[in-house]
Amino acid sequence: MMGWLPVALLAVPLLGALLLLISPALLRPVLRGYGLVFSGVTLALAVTLAATFDYTQAARPQLTVDQPWIPGLGLRFHLGVDGISLPLVVLTALLTFLCFVYLSWGDARAPGQLLTPATGRPRALVFTLLVLEVGMIGTFLALDLLLFFVFFEVVLIPMYFLIAIWGGRGRRSAAIKFILYTLLGSVVMLLGLLLIWAQTGTLDIVALSQAHGAGMSRGVQVLAFAAVGIGLAVKTPMWPLHTWLPDAHTEAPTVGSVLLAGVLLKMGTYGFARIAIPVLPEGAVVIAPWLGALAVVGIVYGSLACLAQRDLKRMIAYSSVGHMGFVLLGFATLTTVGVNGALFANVAHGLITGLLFFLAGAIKERYGTADMPSLGGGMLATLPHLGAVLTFAAIASLGIPGLAGFWGEMLALLGAFQPAEVLPRELFLVFMAIGGLGAVLTAAYFLVMLSRVTHGLPARPALSLTATHSAPGGAGAGPEETGSGAAESRPEALAAGAAESEPEGGRRPAEVTETGSPAPKAGAMRDIRGYELVAWVPLIVLILLFGLWPKLLLSLTTPAVQTLLGVLS
Amino acid sequence: MIQQIHYFVIAPPLVLALAAGLVLLLDAFLPAGRRTMAGLGLVSLAGVFIALGFVVAQAAQGGRTLATFCVPDALARATGGSGPAGSQEGAGGTGLCSFVADRFTLIFAGLVLVAAVVVVLMSMTELAGGGIPVGEWYFLLLCTLVGAVTLPASRDLIMLVVALELVSLPVFALTALKRYDGRSSEAAIKLFLVSVVSTAIMLFGVSLLYGVAGSVHLSRIGAVLSGASPPPATFAPTLEAAHGLPAVVTVGVVLVAAGFGFKIAAVPFHAWAPDVYQGAPIPVAALLSVISKAAGFAGLILLLVTALAGQAATWAPIIAILAALTMTAGNLLAMRQRSAVRLLAWSSVAQSGYILAPIAVASRPGASGDALLSGAVGASVAYLVIYAAMNLGAFAVVMTVSRTATRNELDDYQGLAFRSPMAGLALAFCLICLAGLPPGLAGLFAKIVVFRELVDGGSGWLAVVMAVNTVIGLYYYVVWAGRIFTPTPPVTAARRPFPATWVAAGLAVALAVVFSVAPQLVLDLATAPG
Repeated sequence: MMGWLPVALLAVPLLGALLLLISPALLRPVLRGYGLVFSGVTLALAVTLAATFDYTQAARPQLTVDQPWIPGLGLRFHLGVDGISLPLVVLTALLTFLCFVYLSWGDARAPGQLLTPATGRPRALVFTLLVLEVGMIGTFLALDLLLFFVFFEVVLIPMYFLIAIWGGRGRRSAAIKFILYTLLGSVVMLLGLLLIWAQTGTLDIVALSQAHGAGMSRGVQVLAFAAVGIGLAVKTPMWPLHTWLPDAHTEAPTVGSVLLAGVLLKMGTYGFARIAIPVLPEGAVVIAPWLGALAVVGIVYGSLACLAQRDLKRMIAYSSVGHMGFVLLGFATLTTVGVNGALFANVAHGLITGLLFFLAGAIKERYGTADMPSLGGGMLATLPHLGAVLTFAAIASLGIPGLAGFWGEMLALLGAFQPAEVLPRELFLVFMAIGGLGAVLTAAYFLVMLSRVTHGLPARPALSLTATHSAPGGAGAGPEETGSGAAESRPEALAAGAAESEPEGGRRPAEVTETGSPAPKAGAMRDIRGYELVAWVPLIVLILLFGLWPKLLLSLTTPAVQTLLGVLS
Repeated sequence: MIQQIHYFVIAPPLVLALAAGLVLLLDAFLPAGRRTMAGLGLVSLAGVFIALGFVVAQAAQGGRTLATFCVPDALARATGGSGPAGSQEGAGGTGLCSFVADRFTLIFAGLVLVAAVVVVLMSMTELAGGGIPVGEWYFLLLCTLVGAVTLPASRDLIMLVVALELVSLPVFALTALKRYDGRSSEAAIKLFLVSVVSTAIMLFGVSLLYGVAGSVHLSRIGAVLSGASPPPATFAPTLEAAHGLPAVVTVGVVLVAAGFGFKIAAVPFHAWAPDVYQGAPIPVAALLSVISKAAGFAGLILLLVTALAGQAATWAPIIAILAALTMTAGNLLAMRQRSAVRLLAWSSVAQSGYILAPIAVASRPGASGDALLSGAVGASVAYLVIYAAMNLGAFAVVMTVSRTATRNELDDYQGLAFRSPMAGLALAFCLICLAGLPPGLAGLFAKIVVFRELVDGGSGWLAVVMAVNTVIGLYYYVVWAGRIFTPTPPVTAARRPFPATWVAAGLAVALAVVFSVAPQLVLDLATAPG
């Protein structure tokens, strides 16, 4: 068997992180290649995993490793992949690799590329990202309740530092909010997991899924589902528990936002598919209508919140709330169609929103702000390629047929049209109607965004300058004049300087003067650069691929979903 | 009648006591100087290591429980009918022994002695600063250790009280040894008053228990109070008339619990902790937060689980509420602290709450020997062991920082990771361990063990309270850890190396790392097989 593959998937990034800790001085000169190599090897392993995966047996866990780790807790080092986790593992490895590509491709002196000593702490950044990758991949591979929980927690500290060190201006409070919120969810989830353990005496997810809730009374299942569900819902995030997300996304650096949206949110939804629904089917039936209700509220709320946003990153963050609403609605239907849709939407959201955050980061680095009115429109004229990719990503996100965003939402709504027999159909029809309305609103806010940013006339410098003064993110007005005045003479340098000092925030008072000042001339900005193109093209290709050929993913998840729903379907 | 003393059993405290005497003699007769100072430290260290060697040797004896100071068979039969059958098998004789070295004892003794190594190493740095009489310091330190090693082995009330006093009394003096320091004196007075009051309260409770049960031996008290053994003739009417136990037993239980509550700084007897921790020299604060606390917990567990197992209905709810209050108060107050040591003080109060929580569900009747470590109590002990490693690591790093930053506030830790990467990483690791998040897996697993016992024992509400507290705790730990990695304009502070403290920190952090990778080590120790 190829049981070493999942272990290697975890060991490679971990080894990379540890080596960095042991011999910092030795690795300093090769740091850019270093992260690229380790995440590249991990991606290669993930691809090998996908290649060796037996697609005829997608329903059962394959390539398993099962070793006792802590017998005293009944915790086993139990890893494996099946049709549900395989796409997510590959997605994680891919996004991490693309993040490293984004950071270190080319001469790595461009604004978004934080791996230059000037922007500080390249070693710490590589270390953080590699540890983050261990946690993310581990969560998707774990087949033991406590092991799942451990990996679920591993991501918290690196993500905290990613936001708190390399984030924007409000980074500290955003990071604290992120970690406290998600930890609160996690400990509640831990109690739920321990309740399952106390009732059944096992932590083995495979055995528990096959038991379909045997050995647990209905009341226990409902309680456990609620506890586990709350923990997962915070991470997902579900509507009333989402408030950490906009701040975290807005303040995180580009790679942080990409991984947060692309992978971390998936850990929550994955938990529903892996633990909550298969292990606690009776609890799922009782809670599903509530889950569905909160999901559609999330869809509508997310869309309405998006309409009200000025900040591009914040808008994309709120759009995640809406999209995750569709995913949760899919799960709530408890049907093969709905859950399939949810899992599809999951992966699609990872690709599309990952791309959107890359774009938002690129825009923020060029303009020095992500405030939409300050951007001033006309991007298609000034930066045609960037504008085109933004349009593509926005259209993919709003769910145009033919792109990846469509199928997940469609299947989730279809699932709601015909939910599992144990669920009240009328209620789910209402959910479907509201969800459909949400889809329209989604289209609305993305089109409004496009009309504001990509279309229209390019703003004149004077206009954009005034706009920044009123913008909440604008640094003090006085020094800004000098900042842009100086920049007139060296237009190229400003774009770089402004963005470079951006992650430093208030730490270097000398450079803050330039922070946030918009580029005076559009001509000063460069269109898509090499490193950006390399990082984005794979995402664009995959969005097209899954949009045109959804069966690729659905054939993988369908058997697994049928097994996990078991008695319910 | 000649009492046979099994010297091998009492070797660990005996060695420590001899070392204490030796230190005092050497201090008196050797010329004062830097070399004597280091020499005395090394003698203390050697004493601790020899004692540790004896503990390991006792552990290597296998499952055999060693005991001494036993009541001879004939005497026991003459005074109180049959000894409680089966409660102390393997202990030799009747089972009424005052000093027992079973797994429970050995774990606590090992924990105390390993922590003592760290504390002695930290002391070397502290004393190098001058101003503190060296001989007295090590003498008092070793005396405390004698008590801390004796306490978990005590199986009768008198031994328990004496050992507890032996732990407490030298600590007042240690706290006050930094002469002409206002804070230090204040701390010593506070500690003294609180401790004396708590001792008085506990003695009252102990005397009530003795009065009712007619025996000082814990297992015998347990047997009498749970009705397994007939009560002594004098008290029989009282006990029978009430159809059960008189209210005086409840009073005794509450008073004893309150007495130990002071030692472990549980709410409502927690207020002394931050002032004393801050005023005392840092090694003493570390000692208070680990060794003294471990001794307090050992005594509490012994009394509640061995002697008062039958009264669980009385004390289990009290302990549960105290645990909930303790962790909440500790965490909430820790959030407001600006001084590193005060923060650690409150955090250690909160951690006391976590350790206390499983005891609330540890109501198993007839516990003895290894049963002391079954399930819930095992969870407490495991948590205590892991807590000791991570907390000592934090204190050791705080100690190195205190050398350069006299006020020792959280702001002084800004950018520690850049000035001194090893110290920064070590402290961050310990803090994250205390918070219970990966990569500090030791703390995470310790919490999981406790959570599991609570959920399993049906104390869901306590588990939820603890869950919320974990989040509150995370806030201040993570904010502090965040400061460590926040760059500051480079300050070139004149720094002296503190090799001893570095060894101490290294030892504690290494243990925390080992526990993170292989928590099974602790769980194996702390949980009885089967």
